[in-house]
Amino acid sequence: MKKNTNKYLTLSGLEPLIVTPESNFVNVGERTNVTGSRKFLRLIKEEKYNEALDVARDQVEGGAQILDVNMDEGMLDGVHAMTTFLNLIASEPDISRIPIMIDSSKWEIIEAGLKVVQGKSVVNSISLKEGETNFIHQAKLVKRYGAAVIVMAFDEDGQADNYERRIEICKRSYDILVNTVGFPPQDIIFDPNIFPVATGMEEHRKNALDFFNATKWIRQNLPFANVSGGVSNVSFSFRGNNTVREAMHSSFLYHAIKNGMNLGIVNPTMLEIYDEIDKELLQCVEDVLFDRHDDATERLLEFAETVKGNKKENSEIVQEWRNDPLQNRITHALVKGIDTFIIDDVEEARLIAKRPIEVIEGHLMIGMSVVGDLFGSGKMFLPQVVKSARVMKKAVAYLQPFIEAEKDGKQAFAGKILMATVKGDVHDIGKNIVSVVLGCNNYQIIDLGVMVPPEKIIETAIKEQVDIIGLSGLITPSLDEMVYVSKEMEKQNLDIPLIIGGATTSKAHTSVKIAPHYKDAVVHINDASRAVTVVGELLNKNNVVYKEQIREEYDVFREKFLNRTKQKEYISIEEARNRKYKIDWQTSKIVKPKQLGIQIIEDFDITKLESFIDWSPFFRSWDLHGKYPDILTDSVVGTQATDLFIDAQELLKRIFDEKLLKAKAIFGLFPANTINDDDIEVALKGRHAELVSVSHNHEDQLIFLTLRQQLKKREGVPNHALADFIAPKETGIQDYIGAFCVSTGFGTAELAEQFEADNDDYNSIMIKALADRLAEAFAEYLHKEVRTKHWAYAQDESLTNQELIKENYNGIRPAPGYPACPDHLEKQTIWKLLNVEENIGVKLTESLAMWPAASVSGYYFGNPEAKYFGLGKIKEDQLLDYSKRKNISIAKATKWLNPNLAD
Amino acid sequence: MANIYNEIQKRILVLDGAMGTMLQRYNFTEEDFRGDRFKEYPSSLKGNNDLLSLTQPNAIADVHRKYFEAGADIVETNTFSGTTIAMADYNMEDLVYELNFESAKIAKYVATEFTNANPEKPRFVAGSIGPTNRTASLSPDVNRPEFRAVTFDELRIAYKQQVEALIDGGVDLLLVETIFDTLNAKAALFAIEEVKEEQNIDIPIMVSGTITDASGRTLSGQTVEAFFASISHVPLLSVGFNCALGAEQLQPYLKRLSNQTNFATSAHPNAGLPNAFGEYDQTPKQMQVLIEAYLKDGLINIIGGCCGTNPEHIKAIAEVAKKYKPRQTVVSV
Repeated sequence: MKKNTNKYLTLSGLEPLIVTPESNFVNVGERTNVTGSRKFLRLIKEEKYNEALDVARDQVEGGAQILDVNMDEGMLDGVHAMTTFLNLIASEPDISRIPIMIDSSKWEIIEAGLKVVQGKSVVNSISLKEGETNFIHQAKLVKRYGAAVIVMAFDEDGQADNYERRIEICKRSYDILVNTVGFPPQDIIFDPNIFPVATGMEEHRKNALDFFNATKWIRQNLPFANVSGGVSNVSFSFRGNNTVREAMHSSFLYHAIKNGMNLGIVNPTMLEIYDEIDKELLQCVEDVLFDRHDDATERLLEFAETVKGNKKENSEIVQEWRNDPLQNRITHALVKGIDTFIIDDVEEARLIAKRPIEVIEGHLMIGMSVVGDLFGSGKMFLPQVVKSARVMKKAVAYLQPFIEAEKDGKQAFAGKILMATVKGDVHDIGKNIVSVVLGCNNYQIIDLGVMVPPEKIIETAIKEQVDIIGLSGLITPSLDEMVYVSKEMEKQNLDIPLIIGGATTSKAHTSVKIAPHYKDAVVHINDASRAVTVVGELLNKNNVVYKEQIREEYDVFREKFLNRTKQKEYISIEEARNRKYKIDWQTSKIVKPKQLGIQIIEDFDITKLESFIDWSPFFRSWDLHGKYPDILTDSVVGTQATDLFIDAQELLKRIFDEKLLKAKAIFGLFPANTINDDDIEVALKGRHAELVSVSHNHEDQLIFLTLRQQLKKREGVPNHALADFIAPKETGIQDYIGAFCVSTGFGTAELAEQFEADNDDYNSIMIKALADRLAEAFAEYLHKEVRTKHWAYAQDESLTNQELIKENYNGIRPAPGYPACPDHLEKQTIWKLLNVEENIGVKLTESLAMWPAASVSGYYFGNPEAKYFGLGKIKEDQLLDYSKRKNISIAKATKWLNPNLAD
Repeated sequence: MANIYNEIQKRILVLDGAMGTMLQRYNFTEEDFRGDRFKEYPSSLKGNNDLLSLTQPNAIADVHRKYFEAGADIVETNTFSGTTIAMADYNMEDLVYELNFESAKIAKYVATEFTNANPEKPRFVAGSIGPTNRTASLSPDVNRPEFRAVTFDELRIAYKQQVEALIDGGVDLLLVETIFDTLNAKAALFAIEEVKEEQNIDIPIMVSGTITDASGRTLSGQTVEAFFASISHVPLLSVGFNCALGAEQLQPYLKRLSNQTNFATSAHPNAGLPNAFGEYDQTPKQMQVLIEAYLKDGLINIIGGCCGTNPEHIKAIAEVAKKYKPRQTVVSV
């Protein structure tokens, strides 16, 4: 009751090949045969394996379904050549997807081949030539290695050369194989000998006919067995006359298939289409094949003379993808793992690029990231990725001398990377793949192997001065080990980026459990192809920005992850208050502002803001992603970014020259203390007489309400509220707070309208985007002025613009509506405190947005320990408490705090 | 002794769940792994789970017992890494025979206990043969794609040693599992065939591959069908898949395999996919539902669990396996 499918010859490379009656004919590629191809022999002899692989690839691309490999040549070490070549093929997934035919007359070469193919291959061939014992022995081993077999019609008396001998030997072989050896009959392929015809010798006249008939007999009498043959033999006597040979091959094949031959070795380029064979020629050929006339051979020979030399030119077909644009060609080569043209393409890219390194960082990285995407989505598989990496390696190797020449020969490697599978884990396949891929990209790999204790990792990292440490592991306990390693690295004060990979690792685990313990970059890499991009970024000279991006990304990811974690627990607001961030107020440095009260800046000279502009968000607002100034030379968006930047500069110059925009600001510095844990009492009158003059308020004080984190955290991690950064009243220590609003938006709307009226949408958007940037720059500028002059707690501060953007200073300026204080309602308190609208004209809309839009408002906290944090979700108890403190309805409080309420 | 070929016709057989997951519960320390015997051993031994058969045999027996109690028909010996190649990481190549022999004995002892208590439900021991940690058809060195860190013959010799020890220890069948490189598996099957011939015995063989790529292939790049074509030259008790994926993700591949083969089929999926912290959190109930879908479709003859599964999972699987008839097939003996 076995299903019939089991009785079909089934072979496999990376993909299966099932030979069914519908398969018609399975074509075996024959050019990777040293006995049949002088070119291939030369390539193998000279160990030009890459070119030899190209021969194999041509066969597969040309439609071969099985690849015949033969290394039988007196001067070759056949075992070595077979093993090496088949191992190389295994590394070429586009070739190894089809099954291999291991072709040799020497058993030891066949066995060497059988030991290196993972798929189900075909042995070509065994026979009864040396007797039954030997035949049985070999057949048994072939079966044990899991291969199908070609059996030659050959016995102790020699090769079968007529119909009777053919069927006699095939029958005998079949019976031994099936009955004695237990060989699956569908795995038997008979080769009943294709011999030349039209040789002029009488005994050769029936060679083709006998083959056809024997084939028919085998298919009818030996169940499930297959028939194969080397077709080109038949035309042996017409060497040099390809027209005739091609016609003979086609015609022979046509009739052999009709009689049941289902596999065969045919050179597809030496095959005419049967229907297109010249009718007269076809007649001559078939008369010979079927031995129809005594003079059939003479007639064919005569006809052959008339078509001699009409050889077809097999001009090389230019592959279509070669006409694509440069980047597409490079990407294609990387994705397909084709290294034939990569040097030419890379050279072309190098000539265009400003510096050779840009070809790696641009063209090649773009290609590799396509590879990464395809792999990630299951459209490529591992051996293909490794193949891509090798093309990459070739490209990088070519560029290397140019890069070095530029660097005066300094540093041969792009970086040194330590790789280790962590203690307690022995899995290293993934780690090795990553090492391989990185190695291809010119990184020096120091591989510490498996089960590496943390001390060894750290010691080696320091001693070898590595640039990156890569940790790998597969089993769950390795995750904890990685956490431990990261903590140890921090303890040792290392500043080497850490990359994490392995089957159980994840971005979530890395961001939640590892990144927080280590101050330098920690990046999770989910597959080898990504490793290149990440490592490239980490070792970039301007990696500060990338590292920050990563840090930010992981912080956000962590936050999000923790937010959606089911098991997330919250603590009561009381408990959260008990766990507040505690500053030691007795020693904390509190500076009394030089100048208390409110100050207004009217008609500010905005040209001063130019150097304070953080351009990266500007590009982001145009959907161009990348950090300024790198983005200007980015290979994808560089041109666009540069154009945009030029236009922006032009408009900015106009803004400055023609004073198109007006900037105003207001800020105030006040005595303040925290009361009742979460509220900040801002003093307006009383002992601080100097305040009265500038305040229009009738109240003695105003209260800022702050919100407190309620997420349950591990021991020792506080639940923050902004109020924690101001000294509590009960300490008796006088502390201070500031508030501000800046705007560069005056004039924006009018300008935008004007542009729109001129149908210039581009500049209409541009002016708004620039105004936004100027507002942020103004906030940054003003904060600096406050820190250094007005509050003056940082008089000696001298920071570059980059450092400013990175907020490398003491004190913070959180803005209502942002993560630390998402409560927009507090803007109203700021407006009340500073009389913002009356003083500088910035209004709050109904939804508490600022108008003009290009405005920024917020608080100033001056304590060195003050820092930004995300509030996260809060619970109902805090909501109730807040509505009471704020004296608003629960409904109103719910409305404004809704995004921050935990379910 | 009961014949597994008879049992597999009668019902769906239940294989045990994860050994490693269970051993993690013991929180064995370096000292526990060493026991008295390896106190002075020069290299670190923590994590060498196979060694526990020698140093903590009671724990191993207990795990087997728990799986049998949960309803397993077959337990796997604690020998996943029991080859000279895998043990080289711990410098314990010389212990390979003893590890396999003792592991087989422990499992067989417990199995006999249960069979004697309930002869109607005979229990079996499968000798677990892992993939080793090297690949015979992939090069670890990009500069030398023709290089191999391990050869067919090295694998064949190592596997042969493991197989002989397992058989000497009394296993009822052999399970070549977690196959990520088919050439490694072919070497194992070659070794088994050699032992069978030399000792003139027959022993049922289960083969179980692992789909690692999102592309639905083995690590070494083969599709389900190509993998199956490459290993079915040996008469097998069953062919199937384990590890890397959960029951849900494995289903399409099992369907393809089930359509292809006249061998019995097996599956021992993980308890879902690991969560962000590498933990398997699919509950027994959830896994039961997914497995029931296999059974309804008649895809399976042998069903169990891999990473993250524990006796509760196996209990849930055994419960539902009882309700269904095994996949129909004629097994060639």
